[in-house]
Order: sequence, then structure tokens, then C-alpha cells
Amino acid sequence: MKNDHRPINVDPSDLMAFAWPITALASILHRIAGVVLFVGIAFGLYALQISLASEAGFESLKSMIKSPFGMFVTWGLLAALGYHFVAGIKHLLLDFGVAETLEGSQFAAKVTLLFSAIVIVVAGIWVIQG
Amino acid sequence: MVSQVTSFSRNGLSDFIIQRVTAVILAVYTLLLVGFLVMSAEVSFADWRSFFDQTWMQVFTLLAILATCAHAWVGMWTIGTDYIRPHYFGSGADGIRLMYQLICILTLMVYVIWSVKILWGN
Repeated sequence: MKNDHRPINVDPSDLMAFAWPITALASILHRIAGVVLFVGIAFGLYALQISLASEAGFESLKSMIKSPFGMFVTWGLLAALGYHFVAGIKHLLLDFGVAETLEGSQFAAKVTLLFSAIVIVVAGIWVIQG
Repeated sequence: MVSQVTSFSRNGLSDFIIQRVTAVILAVYTLLLVGFLVMSAEVSFADWRSFFDQTWMQVFTLLAILATCAHAWVGMWTIGTDYIRPHYFGSGADGIRLMYQLICILTLMVYVIWSVKILWGN
């Protein structure tokens, strides 16, 4: 049976026209977080480098992280890591056959969003309190 | 069967397994680092330095970086082949995708070399 209305290519303008299923939202966030982390590794390695090089470097990293911009970057990277981590665990569970039904995957997406929201808030508090 | 010459292992099923195994390595490494930072009330330079001076930690860190390379390559490749297509990018899509893939690979290679210097260079 041929379905001529099956969309082959989804244009960016179409994306706003769709009602996003929660599973799609959880999925695209996983992807975006992954790209953020790909770039973020450079920040992580820079931090590791100066923090291990000398006591002065360690202290300067600390003060960088405590500046408002530094706190924002640190929190942003931790948020991406937290989301990618939680969504990744969901993926591994799916691989073992957990939550493979439509209802199951919708529930898994909700749990992913809830758990990662908690992780992101906790990361924010952690960054602010230093 | 068409073999994707730029995929990580030239085999989607193998890429799938590599993605999962590296994910587990990275999850354990992440928990270790977060655990160290949360458990120690105030990390001093000496604590931090001696933590990373241990051979097992240096090995694990390099392992995590190598895992990141394989993991990120599979992920970034998938994103590139999903979005950088003629429908969105016109007839030059293949060239743009190759450039994108080259930038990804070079970035990951720089990450590996840089981390070797950080861990053992000083």
C-alpha cells in the first residue's frame, strides 16, 4: 500500500506547524545536548589543563567559574551533560526492551524530562553555591 | 548493501554497539568525576592534582576521551547525514557534508592529542 502523503523531507518551517510528540521533544533535546557537549569538551579540557598546571591556574579557574558568565557556561555545560546522561540511560533501557510500546516510550520521555529537569536545577544550585 | 564509507566502523550495527559501549564508559567516568567533586567538601589544588596523578585515573581519563571520540563521531555523523542533504543544502550538499565531517574528525583528533599533553605533558 502506497501512502503518497508520507512526508519525505521536513522543512524547518514545517516543524512549527506540528504538534510535537513528547518523544520527539525528548529525542531532539538529546541530539542538541550532544552537539553542545561536542563543543563543550574544549571548555572541559581547557579547565582541566589550567587546573592541573599550577596552583595559580587552579585558583584562576575557580575565579573564572565564579564570575557570572563563568557560572552560566558551567551550568549550561552541566545541563547538557545531565540531559544527555539521563536520555542516554533511557536509550540503554529501551535497548533492553523496556518501554517499547507507544505508551511506554511516552512515559519514558516524561520521566527523562522530569529527571533531567531535577538534575539541571541541582546543577544550577551547585554552581551558584560554588 | 551500500556501505557508508564515512561511518565510524563502515557498519551500522557495529556503530550501534560502539555507541552503547562508549556510552557506558562515559557514564561511569562522569559519575566518578561528579562523585569526587561532591564528596570532597572543598577541593584544593593538591587534592585535585594528586587525584589526576594516579595512573589509573590518567588511563581512565584517556579512555574516556577515546570513548568520546568514537561516541561523538557516530553521533555527529548521524546528524550530518540526517540534515546535510541536497533537499536542504542544494547540489553542494555532499561537499558541505564532507567538510563538516572533516571538521568533526579534526576536532576530535585535537581533543585526543591535547588530553595526552594535559595528562602526561607537564
